Amino acid sequence: MLAKRIIPCLDVRNGRVVKGKKFMDIQDVDEPSKLGKYYSESGADELVFYDITASNEDRKTSLEFVKKVAEEINIPFCVGGGVSSLDDFKYILRSGADKVSINSSAVKNPNLIKEASERFGNQCVVLSIDAKKNEKGSWDVYIKGGRENTGLDAIEWAKKGVELGAGEIVVNSIDEDGMKNGYDLELLKKIVEAVNVPVIASGGAGTYEHFLEAVNYANVDGILAASVFHFGEIKINDLKKYLKENNVEVRLAN
Amino acid sequence: MHVIIDYGMGNLASVQRAFEKLDVDVKISNKIEDLRTAKSLILPGVGAFRDAIKALNDSGLSDVIKEEVSQGKKIIGICLGMQLLYEKGFEYGDYHGLGLIKGDIKYLDVNLKIPHMGWNNLKFVKEDPILKYINEDEYVYFVHSYYAVSDSTELIAYSQYGNKVPSIVRNKNVYGIQFHPEKSGETGLNILKAYKEIMES
Repeated sequence: MLAKRIIPCLDVRNGRVVKGKKFMDIQDVDEPSKLGKYYSESGADELVFYDITASNEDRKTSLEFVKKVAEEINIPFCVGGGVSSLDDFKYILRSGADKVSINSSAVKNPNLIKEASERFGNQCVVLSIDAKKNEKGSWDVYIKGGRENTGLDAIEWAKKGVELGAGEIVVNSIDEDGMKNGYDLELLKKIVEAVNVPVIASGGAGTYEHFLEAVNYANVDGILAASVFHFGEIKINDLKKYLKENNVEVRLAN
Repeated sequence: MHVIIDYGMGNLASVQRAFEKLDVDVKISNKIEDLRTAKSLILPGVGAFRDAIKALNDSGLSDVIKEEVSQGKKIIGICLGMQLLYEKGFEYGDYHGLGLIKGDIKYLDVNLKIPHMGWNNLKFVKEDPILKYINEDEYVYFVHSYYAVSDSTELIAYSQYGNKVPSIVRNKNVYGIQFHPEKSGETGLNILKAYKEIMES
């Protein structure tokens, strides 16, 4: 049976991990590879590194951390943030990443999804969708870090992305992000039912129960979270034990 | 010295690193003389069967691999590399593989999400030295849409995904691994550690 994946997400700026208040028990958290290794040894099934380097000029330098991560860890990892061309895909994959995630650039140029999946295979093209509920009760797609409403319907956009060749969808709920009130279950459920590729929940996790709900109610394939892991509020292996006790298929560390 | 065969398909560096971590003397090469003098061969690969077998045939490496393996040299195919060991592949047409294991590579036509992507557990079929350092039901990382269909005489371990997906296979001196041991954490390393003993024996 395929296991549900638990995926910590790390923000990287200019090649360094962006520190929050405190990362638990880890020395030298500035190094993306060190933190990646820590998580891979703590039971993470996959990692996402999100490059939040502001300027395009610095991006190439910033992405040099990818090679180091590939040397240090032996689980799959995805890199996203600022990816806008086939060359970006090529560089990131050649540096050793397994997947590349795209967001705003895919909205502006949907053809990028198609070209990237034809060239590199759909398994490495991850479409990340920032969605926010509107007054009609449906969800709009936002870009530019949640600042700009595109007017696209999130569920339709997910379907279109998969038709174009996206091999995985990450659904970030803008409403729930950082709130720790749980994932946007209705949105996740609708997207899971609409596409035939893995769907990863993102944004809103605060408790063990939130992870369980996302699996049981929305049947997501993986769950992504940042702060609850970074601040040590939830330990990955404890979370996995809890999920297993609740009959969710997970990969427990030996 | 063991040779990781470079035929232009996929990221060989991660396979190389995994073996180097285990202190295996590996070299990435596309030179016929290196394949001839190698103690054993490693055939990785990501991509489509058609393109891969064409690259191996065009470079003359297919014949060298077949000759060396028929004389008893060990080979391990990983992911697409395992699929190439079989007789035929049906991705984008109908292509002959290396024919070192009997059977075909067919589309994984199951009522589940394709590619089969993520961590799946191993079910053991028979004893083999490659399983020495792992236990049944440990998880390994898969990414593939095609799978091996055969009479299963070569089957050592499989994973359940709609069908029984062969995950570790062996025909005498020919081993194949469908998942990515280099991306499968401790379990993956333990499989390669066992294979190190096999390849060095």
